[in-house]
Amino acid sequence: MIYRSHILVCAGTGCTSSNSLQIIDNFNNLLAEKGYEKEVQVIRTGCFGLCAAGPIVVVYPEGVYYSRVTPEDVEEIVNEHIIKGRPVERLIYKEHDADGTSTTLNDSSFYKKQHRIALRNCGRIDPENIDEYIAFDGYKALGKCLTELSRDDIVDILLASGLRGRGGGGFPTGLKWKFAKAPESDVKYVCCNADEGDPGAFMDRSVLEGDPHSVLEAMAIAGYCIGAQQGYIYVRAEYPIAVKRLRIAIDQAREYGLLGDNIMGTGFKFDIDLRLGSGAFVCGEETALLASIEGQRGEPRTRPPFPAVKGLWGKPTLLNNVETYANICQIILNGADWFASMGTEKSKGTKVFALGGKINNTGLVEVPMGTTLREVIYDIGGGIPNGKKFKAAQTGGPSGGCIPAEHLDIPIDYDNLNSIGSMMGSGGMIVMDEDNCMVNIAKFFLEFTVDESCGKCPPCRIGTRRMLEMLTRITEGKGQPGDIEKLEELAKNIKASALCGLGQTAPNPVLSTIRYFRDEYEAHIYEKRCPAGECKALLNFVIDPEKCKGCSLCAKKCPVGAISGEIKSPFTIDTSKCVKCGLCMESCKFKAIEKK
Amino acid sequence: MKTLQELEAIRQKKINELNLRESTEGNIRVVVGLATCGIAAGARPVMTAFVEEVSKRQLNNVTVSQTGCIGMCRLEPIVEVLEPGKEKVTYCKVKPEQVSRIVAEHIVNGNPVVEYTIGSYE
Ligand SMILES: Cc1cc2nc3c(=O)[nH]c(=O)nc-3n(C[C@H](O)[C@H](O)[C@H](O)COP(=O)(O)O)c2cc1C
Ligand code: FES
Repeated sequence: MIYRSHILVCAGTGCTSSNSLQIIDNFNNLLAEKGYEKEVQVIRTGCFGLCAAGPIVVVYPEGVYYSRVTPEDVEEIVNEHIIKGRPVERLIYKEHDADGTSTTLNDSSFYKKQHRIALRNCGRIDPENIDEYIAFDGYKALGKCLTELSRDDIVDILLASGLRGRGGGGFPTGLKWKFAKAPESDVKYVCCNADEGDPGAFMDRSVLEGDPHSVLEAMAIAGYCIGAQQGYIYVRAEYPIAVKRLRIAIDQAREYGLLGDNIMGTGFKFDIDLRLGSGAFVCGEETALLASIEGQRGEPRTRPPFPAVKGLWGKPTLLNNVETYANICQIILNGADWFASMGTEKSKGTKVFALGGKINNTGLVEVPMGTTLREVIYDIGGGIPNGKKFKAAQTGGPSGGCIPAEHLDIPIDYDNLNSIGSMMGSGGMIVMDEDNCMVNIAKFFLEFTVDESCGKCPPCRIGTRRMLEMLTRITEGKGQPGDIEKLEELAKNIKASALCGLGQTAPNPVLSTIRYFRDEYEAHIYEKRCPAGECKALLNFVIDPEKCKGCSLCAKKCPVGAISGEIKSPFTIDTSKCVKCGLCMESCKFKAIEKK
Repeated sequence: MKTLQELEAIRQKKINELNLRESTEGNIRVVVGLATCGIAAGARPVMTAFVEEVSKRQLNNVTVSQTGCIGMCRLEPIVEVLEPGKEKVTYCKVKPEQVSRIVAEHIVNGNPVVEYTIGSYE
């Protein structure tokens, strides 16, 4: 079947939640009604990365890029664009900075600085159609490995490529494969970590939703390399679309004989099954993850022995992250030198980041290692909304730290981020502006780790809770001199003594905010003041008598009757009654009310 | 079970379809008038015939797309062939049977089929 036009509709989670499935239905119904279903094909794709502007619809062959499409817009697109050939101007994606419209998405600055390897097929192919994956060289890398490369060749290629694990640790992937290949064992396993527990991160989800076969193919290559016949993908049950697409992909691959016995007639045997996790952050830690696959409690254990020696059911096991796998086939096809030509000295290739927080283009970006934070936030991310000032970006989620404005020009790679007290992590990047209180941010992340601590080791179970109590006190204006030092000491001890990565890294957000924003901590403790104006307990709303015209509007709006005064003379706020809701400030026409 | 050769065959077949979808700047553009007037005069089968002919011959540098009313409704179906650096050629009252000749003589070999062009009708 050949079509003259293709309508690609994003069915990533972001766009699905803003109704893109309804859009797909509407397109199909309307095209059928008008008799165009044989000429125009509607295709669901994975995430385009520009979720902030979703739902995204792209019409080929023109490559016209529509954003914020609603189900009601479908009729106009069909009538105008599909039938009459006139793109619907009002829906075409416009960038924040320029007023010139770009109709083809590759010209927009959001995509220009990106380099897509792991995400190469997302938004381009139909993830539920194995033929489309095959068309873009899918399963060619597996074929090459099985027929041309020895198991040692594959390890050598990965070592030379410089690929490092994208799950957070940044361990060299080639080395990991070498360790997993070394032990003699008739049974070994290949596992994929698709747990993605880092709040705000959705890189792995997008790869699974947009290009599931790339992970399956890489796992089969890993199976051939280390000598395993069974693979498991540990994916969280909260990712229903990813789970569904993975199931479809596995079925299709089995049907084509790309999984199962005697793959491509070479005698190699490999199969993959899914294991659903129920969303505990600690189950992303490798030993806890393997325990969970075995049906045990998701609790970590001490290492060594490392999984490469003693993993799933005591057998040698290779565990990699989704994005790590998504790079493998491209490295096999294009060579180690190609991959190593991108990035910095010790961090090669690209990294996917999930941009979130106070940023215009919330979404997914893939940039070469060594791109600066400034380029990611301002050129690709479109800067901070409402003309606010950048304060810091948190990378590495609850295990990472914040990067303040003074380090905006540092090239992003594993080692640089470590040296400034943050880390690469799995790729979450949360942007904060001048209205964010850094003590509160640290408290937010610590609340997360306290909730998610599995409770097996005391430093993490009790230590992080004590730290959280101290932070809560500080944000409530009850901080005492010496609190900062106590936090630092406790942090040092927890880092040194916790059992697994969760506890060992939990204090990082606190330490890095103290490092760069100690003055904010001090203002909270010594002056009982929150400079960003976020900590409610430390705020007072006051009316400036010079500006107040005595209109009484604020007094009428106040839900607790805390404002009083005579008409035409300045009003006052009774701070003992005030609940700090901010309604008065919003309602005042003379900007006479301030937060102090 | 698929062998490497069979995979390659799927790849070849599918990539043509996908290239057709993605080529935003194909060297040659075939534009079919698909407004109400064109459709009423039978432009749809013409469009389909072009798409099929182009993909059968694997002409990856050719895109077939649609456009609105050009204003000469009496001469529909109208098809325009645009090549970079050349005057555009406008065919009128195109019938599906004529498509393979236009593709073979004009698009592949560069000689417009004069007898089908607008000059012969005016
Ligand atoms: C608390 C904790 C949570 C983790 N969560 C994830 C996760 O969600 N996804 C992931 O790929 N790795 C996660 N990791 C890292 C894994 O333990 C492991 O290092 C990684 O999956 C290895 O794959 P890679 O070498 O390809 O990065 C987590 C580690 C810790 C300590
Ligand atoms: S989910 Fe549609 S662009 Fe991300």
